[in-house]
Amino acid sequence: MTRRLLVNPILCTGHGVCAELVPELIEMDPWGYPLVSRAELPAELAAHARRAITSCPELALLIDDRPGR
Amino acid sequence: MSLGGPGLWYATRAAGIVSLLLLTASTTLGVLTASRASGPRWPRFLVIGLHRNLALLAMAFLLLHVTTTVIDTYTSIGIQDAVVPFLSGYHRLWLGLGAIASDLFVALTVTSLLRQRIRPGLWRTVHWAGYLCWPVALAHGLGIGTDAGTTWVFDLTVGCGGAVVVAAIVRLSLALRPAGRVLR
Amino acid sequence: MTLAISEAAGAGRQVLPRLLAGVTGGGRAGLLEHEDLLGPLPLPASTASKRADRARAARLIDVVERSGLTGRGGAGFPTGRKLRSVAAGRGAVVVANGAEGEPASAKDRLLLTRAPHLVLDGISLAAYAVGADRAYLAVHETSSRLAAGLEGAVAARQAAGIDPVPVTLVGIPDRYVASEQSAIVQVINGGPALPTFAPPRTHEKGVDGRPTLVNNVETLAHLALIARFGDGWFRSAGTPAAPGTMLVTISGAVARPGVYEIELGTPLGTVLMQAGGPTEPLQAILTGGFFGTWLPVETAWHLPLTLRGVRAGGGTLGAGIIVALSAAACGLAETARVVRYLAHETAGQCGPCIFGLPALAEVLAGLAYGGGRQLPERIRELIPLVEGRGACRHPDGATQLARSALRAFAPDARWHAERGPCGGVRYGPVLSVPGDLEAW
Repeated sequence: MTRRLLVNPILCTGHGVCAELVPELIEMDPWGYPLVSRAELPAELAAHARRAITSCPELALLIDDRPGR
Repeated sequence: MSLGGPGLWYATRAAGIVSLLLLTASTTLGVLTASRASGPRWPRFLVIGLHRNLALLAMAFLLLHVTTTVIDTYTSIGIQDAVVPFLSGYHRLWLGLGAIASDLFVALTVTSLLRQRIRPGLWRTVHWAGYLCWPVALAHGLGIGTDAGTTWVFDLTVGCGGAVVVAAIVRLSLALRPAGRVLR
Repeated sequence: MTLAISEAAGAGRQVLPRLLAGVTGGGRAGLLEHEDLLGPLPLPASTASKRADRARAARLIDVVERSGLTGRGGAGFPTGRKLRSVAAGRGAVVVANGAEGEPASAKDRLLLTRAPHLVLDGISLAAYAVGADRAYLAVHETSSRLAAGLEGAVAARQAAGIDPVPVTLVGIPDRYVASEQSAIVQVINGGPALPTFAPPRTHEKGVDGRPTLVNNVETLAHLALIARFGDGWFRSAGTPAAPGTMLVTISGAVARPGVYEIELGTPLGTVLMQAGGPTEPLQAILTGGFFGTWLPVETAWHLPLTLRGVRAGGGTLGAGIIVALSAAACGLAETARVVRYLAHETAGQCGPCIFGLPALAEVLAGLAYGGGRQLPERIRELIPLVEGRGACRHPDGATQLARSALRAFAPDARWHAERGPCGGVRYGPVLSVPGDLEAW
């Protein structure tokens, strides 16, 4: 069961707050939308990830803990 | 304890002014968040973080403002007048506006704190009502405040007004842009 | 007469036609003709014991599972497993997807026009299997004649009291993303014809929050035959790993383009010969449609038509679309046109698709019609910025097609990059892209 960050692409409007708060896992693409790493969320970044999730103005960021795709 | 006298009166006016200042700042930052404004020293997480924290701080000062008003026995303003507008005879209109503004502010805060649990449409509608909250609060301050005659308070109020109006114009112009289906 | 199909299976290798039995010629759109050929709908009557009924329904699911039937809408998911997961819930709903989004596919339309009762049988059987009390059949809202025919078929069955579960026809906009499973469910729920972002998955919560079974109409047609003739019969065609038959839509440089029913595992070349064979030398074959893959003809010709077989050759089978590309045409130009169409057809919900697909279309067009040394690399850079970043599989289909084009037409890409368009761009469109403008 891997836990990773996931963005809901329908809700996301490219604010970019997440990329500022978790730059280790999220980068911005040329159009202003987040490129979220599919790697597992490491424990040391969990607090930052939570902050990014609550800071997203569209609530588009979430933690996905379904069995890996 | 019979509370009265100038101390509480000053406290109420001070708390009210500070709350309004903080509300102005928060509203402006909220508009800036929506317009994705950011600079080298102003990352977006700062804009939205301050928007939320200043709003909570404004709420704290609002509660102080309301409490000091209610416990002040000099005026007969009761707790119900803080929530239900136009009940009290004392400065009926302006006090009523204050009640409306604080009701809206409470709705804004509660829906935002519970955002993950409520329908997204509800949050969005209440948040748009924030544009109503701030001018009503400003009118309450101007109309009821005995400081309105004082120059520095008046200038401050005008300053607040200017900031939010400018930010709102920016926000509206972005919302009306034809391109970008994604900007909501 | 009713057992003609199953008898044929026993008498030597004549396993076809199955779905299309009786369709060629006059067609068997009428209820009488349908029942004449296949017998009545084999739906057990409900008894006083609900438990016995559920047990019998579960046995039907067992049969489907043993038959090895997989979805014919493109994803190829095992149908028995899908039935089982929806049946596990309560108050299920069945949605038959006949809104054929792929412009290059015509099989669903053929089934619904010439053998509607086979599909409607399948819907009733699926509803019985999962315990559904409602069923919907989704078709394009612009196909008024098709819808009228289906309404007639439904009415005839209602008059004869055949279907225990009422079937409602649903009109879906004629847009590529609208025929996506989640979009159809959203339309039925009263929303826009746009894909949604899972979770929850439709088989858990779909129409009205109930477990919803969504199946392609061809899958349901197969179900109707399996229920009559059994899993052993179904498996008597195809291969052990990929049993049964499927419908394919063949177009391009072949003598007799059209919809054909083939046994799974048939080599692609043999299938093309069934359609009259190539009318001119071929360079590549597109499998899977606009969301599919280009394969060089040398590789493709011998590929067995099964999901795994095509995948082993580097392609996808999808909903059985096969297009033969003449050696005189330009595969890059075809790809550029398709991706431009897909770019116009986004649902407009996700940034990476809204911006990424037009960017990809522009670079592909640049390579096909202009040239530029850095363009193939630019395409390769764009693909991971678009792939997998939408709520639905729309952008992934475009990137899959683009990637396969760079692979299958690698020498052409190099030529175009250095020297600009080849003569093949003037060949004329092979893939019929709706709303296509000739002038660029």
